[in-house]
Amino acid sequence: MPGFDQATKSVDEAASPRRTRLGLQLFCVYLALYVGFVLLNALAPERMAITPFAGVNLAVLYGLGLIVAAFVMALLYELLCRRIDRQDAGRGGDKS
Amino acid sequence: MIYEPSGIAVSVFLLFVAITLAISFRLGAKAKSSQGYFAAGGGIPWFVNGIAFAGDYLSAASFLGICGMIAFYGYDGFLYSIGYLAGWIVALFVIAEPIRRLGKFTFADALDSKFHSRGIRLSAAVSTLVVSLFYLIPQMVGAGALVKPLLGLPHWAGVSIVGAVVVLIVVTAGMASTTYVQFLKGSLLVLFSGWLTVLILQRGLVVDERYRPGGSASDPFAATQTLRVTADGKRIVNGLPQGESKDADFWRVGHVSKLPDGKLETGPLGPLEFLSTLQQSEVVLWSSATKAEPDGSTLTTYSQRVVPGAEILRPGNSPTFKGVRSERIQDKLNFLSLMLALFCGTASLPHILIRYYTVKDQAAARKSTVVGIASIGFFYVLTLFLGLGAMTSGAIDVTNSNMAAPLLARSMGELLFAVISAIAFTTVLGTVSGLIVASSGAVAHDLAGSFVRTPLTDHEKIRIAKIAAVVVGALAMALGILFEKMNVNFLVGWAFSVAASANLPSLIMLLFWKGTTRQGITTAILVGMISSLTWILLSEDTFRDIYGLAPADAWVPFSQPGIVTIPLGFATVILVSLLTKER
Repeated sequence: MPGFDQATKSVDEAASPRRTRLGLQLFCVYLALYVGFVLLNALAPERMAITPFAGVNLAVLYGLGLIVAAFVMALLYELLCRRIDRQDAGRGGDKS
Repeated sequence: MIYEPSGIAVSVFLLFVAITLAISFRLGAKAKSSQGYFAAGGGIPWFVNGIAFAGDYLSAASFLGICGMIAFYGYDGFLYSIGYLAGWIVALFVIAEPIRRLGKFTFADALDSKFHSRGIRLSAAVSTLVVSLFYLIPQMVGAGALVKPLLGLPHWAGVSIVGAVVVLIVVTAGMASTTYVQFLKGSLLVLFSGWLTVLILQRGLVVDERYRPGGSASDPFAATQTLRVTADGKRIVNGLPQGESKDADFWRVGHVSKLPDGKLETGPLGPLEFLSTLQQSEVVLWSSATKAEPDGSTLTTYSQRVVPGAEILRPGNSPTFKGVRSERIQDKLNFLSLMLALFCGTASLPHILIRYYTVKDQAAARKSTVVGIASIGFFYVLTLFLGLGAMTSGAIDVTNSNMAAPLLARSMGELLFAVISAIAFTTVLGTVSGLIVASSGAVAHDLAGSFVRTPLTDHEKIRIAKIAAVVVGALAMALGILFEKMNVNFLVGWAFSVAASANLPSLIMLLFWKGTTRQGITTAILVGMISSLTWILLSEDTFRDIYGLAPADAWVPFSQPGIVTIPLGFATVILVSLLTKER
């Protein structure tokens, strides 16, 4: 186990506009999904009882879907960020 | 009797405590600098940090509260799961990397990175303390409430045990030991909840004997249960003094009364199959009504009704969320406001944000959040099955929804019950230690740092932090004992609303608007904190539950402040920044 006293600072401490933009884009997608869920609950609660698939109603499917979507989008973000970092490193040359 | 103190539960719990303390002392020898104490030296591997996020975030309110709410009311508890998880999207996509980049030990560091202003530090420290204390009280009360039925100890003993253990953990090695305690707790909670879910699906759904052909479902005794609390505090259950004999207690509830196609049991079910079968079944739910009697006693009657599964699996059955089916615009706004506070609150909780300083760089901060989302999301999916499993387990105590998850485990066997109860305690330990680290950092790094002329030495800073940890711990214990009789779970909701209103607007505007000034940030924190607190104190819920006044007299139109006070926070940053702009 490493000691906890030495401050291990990595070289990559700069802000990345491309990562920030990607984060905001994905955030907006999820926000739209979440707002859709909340508004559907608030404005048309009876719609939540319809059962489109597998004998499970929309309330449960949409809810589970939001949780799974959060995970999928988090993974996607991580993968895309790695790609951005690789590209930046390739382009930046000695910028380290 | 529903509860018997379990020797195995005590042993498993003691084992956990011994392990966590051993870890703390081992790490304590290594964490002597303030970098080590407040941020574990930035040396926590990202995977460990990710699971520790789960250990930090999944409080007793998540585990016991949500499972209990689903077990009693169905789908509504799951709305909390969805909202609590969605908040992590804000944390990952917007907050994680900048917080890691700008800060060092506390959330105030990041806010103050540009201006070095004493006002920002002070206001951020105060909001950290307020939010953390609101969060602490329900955890401590929860510890006391757990210890009573499970270990047979009085309330104050539970609160003191948890308080003492946590203070010891935090004082020995600060963030390093806290992280490993949370890692341990996070993994155990997710793994055993998963195991419990597998057992629920294996068991499937079974129609209770009383509802089978020739059963006694029409027996009048089966229809209601009563609790009379006499003027001198004696508890009479179903006509007998509680606990006097083996039968003198509530009988356990939670039954399926009808399965689709007239089946009597389903056998093992797949996850979606479980939900779809339940949707076509009928379940017996219980509701209660309390009234005062002329002789000074209060009589609570618990009565049952058969509810179709399709009804249980849609929102709007619980008192908290019945607003979604109401036609009143205030009720709709209240619901929207709560869902907004859950969404914005997570990324504004100081004890969550400080976890970003324990990893080495932005990439590790990001990766650990992804691990956090995976484990927390998985757990929240499980809450639906745990809650519905408890609802149909035949093991529920009608008087206490918080015990639904441990009692569900008991219906599976004594050992699992012991382990789940011990995990529930550890849950409290993990969350409380994170909160105490956050508070002690705010005191030592932000408050004390702003009041002295010469910068504090490392050694002084750690000493102040340790003293602060002891003081905050003692305060939390005292409040936990004081609030024993109150249902305090709503305080977690307060913490989310206050955190979202006070912290998020400043943080977001600082990151995305160059025109933000230090006056703008300071004012917005104070305005967000004070306005959301005032709103809550003047709301219907507080009038009814705390002051005991008529809810109709409340001064604000609905209970949840977020939809008003979060935009107010943003407006304050913008307005004050424009007014104080340097030319």
